[in-house]
Amino acid sequence: MKNKSLVSINDYSKEDYFKILDLAEEFQKNPKQKLLENHVIASLFFEPSTRTRLSFETAIQRLGGKVIGFSESGSTSVSKGESLKDTILTVSRYADLIVMRHPVEGSARYASVVSDKPIINAGDGSNQHPTQCLLDLYSIRKTQGSLENLNLFLVGDLKYGRTVHSLLIAMSEFNPVFNFVSPPSLRMPQEYKDFLDKKGIKYYEHNEINDNIKHADIIYVTRVQRERFSDPMDYEKVKNAYVIKNKMLEGTKDNLKILHPLPRVNEIDTDVDTNPKAYYFDQAENGVYARMALMCIILGVK
Amino acid sequence: MKSELKVKAIEKGTVIDHIQASSLYKIMSIIEIEKLDTQIFIGNNLDSKKYGKKAIIKIADKFPSMEDVNKIALIDPNAVINIIRDYQVVEKKKVELPETVSTFIKCINPKCITNHEKVETKFSVHVKDGKVNLKCYYCEKTTGQDNIEVIR
Ligand SMILES: [Zn+2]
Repeated sequence: MKNKSLVSINDYSKEDYFKILDLAEEFQKNPKQKLLENHVIASLFFEPSTRTRLSFETAIQRLGGKVIGFSESGSTSVSKGESLKDTILTVSRYADLIVMRHPVEGSARYASVVSDKPIINAGDGSNQHPTQCLLDLYSIRKTQGSLENLNLFLVGDLKYGRTVHSLLIAMSEFNPVFNFVSPPSLRMPQEYKDFLDKKGIKYYEHNEINDNIKHADIIYVTRVQRERFSDPMDYEKVKNAYVIKNKMLEGTKDNLKILHPLPRVNEIDTDVDTNPKAYYFDQAENGVYARMALMCIILGVK
Repeated sequence: MKSELKVKAIEKGTVIDHIQASSLYKIMSIIEIEKLDTQIFIGNNLDSKKYGKKAIIKIADKFPSMEDVNKIALIDPNAVINIIRDYQVVEKKKVELPETVSTFIKCINPKCITNHEKVETKFSVHVKDGKVNLKCYYCEKTTGQDNIEVIR
C-alpha cells in the first residue's frame, strides 16, 4: 500500500482496510508518535470543508508532519485560471503526499494519474469520500467488537447521501442486515439494492422510524436537506419524521450506537447527546486516528 | 439478404448490416462518413425479422480498422460488418465489445473532470439487459448506450 493513492473505497482490499483499522487503534491508545516529522503534506481544499480539513490537519500535526496548502481556492493561482493538472504537478514537487477536496467529480482520480506522489481523496463532488467510510468502519468495529453480522439502520437522505452508499458497499463484505428509513422520494437507489440482491444480503425499507429500531446495532443518521425537494411543502411534511429523540431509544439494544457524519442540523435531537448510545462526537475523533493510520501506511513509515 | 437488394450491391468494400434504425446516425458520425470520398449507400427503415426495422451502410473500396469495429460495437453491439470482394461476402466481422474505451466518447456527467479540463475520457464497458453501459474511470458515473455522444 506504500505510495498507493486512496481515491475510491474500491481501491483498497479488505485486508488493506483491516491493516489501517488496526493501526488506527494503536494511535488511539498512543497518539503521540512523531512519525511524520520529516514529511510535508499538502492539504488542498478547492472548496471549503472545515470539518474534514481540520481532521486531516490535526492528524498531520499529531504525527509531527508539516502542512502546506489552502482552505479554499479563492486566493490561489486556481482563481487565476490555473488548471488542476498544473496545480497538482507543482504541488507534487513540494509535498510527499497530497490530500485534496474538489467539487468536480473524478478530480482526485485525475490528480492521481498526473501526480507521482500519492493522493488521498477528501471528497470529489458527490462521488467519493473514502476516509469518511474508513472512520465509519473504525467506529462500528470499535463499538461492536466486529464488523460481522450487524443490523444497520440507515436513516435520512439515502438517495443522494454518498456516505451511506460507501458504507453500504463496504459493510456488504460482512454479512449485515440493512434497514433503510427515508422519505419515499429519497430512497436508496435501485443500483445499490440490485447490488445487495446479487450478494444475497437482506434489506428492508421503511417510511418512518418505528419499533424495528429495537433490533438495531447501529443507527446511521444523515441529514435530509431542504435543497433536495423541488416542492418546499414536501420538505415541511417530512423534515420532522426523521429526527431521532432520546425517548425513541428506550428498549433499544445495549450495544446500539448512533452515528452521524456531521455536521448535524436537527436530525438528532440534542437530548440524545448525553445518552451513552450517542457516538457521533467519538466518531469524529476516530476520524483523526483513521487518517493518521492511513497517511502513515501510504508514506511507508508504519 | 433480400433487403440488401434494395440497396445497390458493391464490388468491394464494407457493408455494415443489422444496424438498429435508431443507431444509424450515430454510427455514421462515429465512422466519420462525411470524410469518405468513395461511393456510399445508406438504407434505413428496411424490414428486418429481428428488429422490425433495420439500417444498412455500404461503403465501396474501404475496409474498417479494428478501432472502427470497436466503435461500432459500442453504439450497436448487434451490428454485423461484412467485408466484400468481387460482390461476395469474404469475411463477417461480428462486432466485439472492448473492455475499455478511451478518447472518443463524452462522459454524460456535466460535473465530471473530463468535461471541465482537457482530459481524455476513459470508460470500462459493461453490458446490462443487452445494452452497453460505460462507467467513467474518473467520476465513476455510467453513460448508457442511448446517451452515448461522440467527441469529434
Ligand atoms: Zn466522468
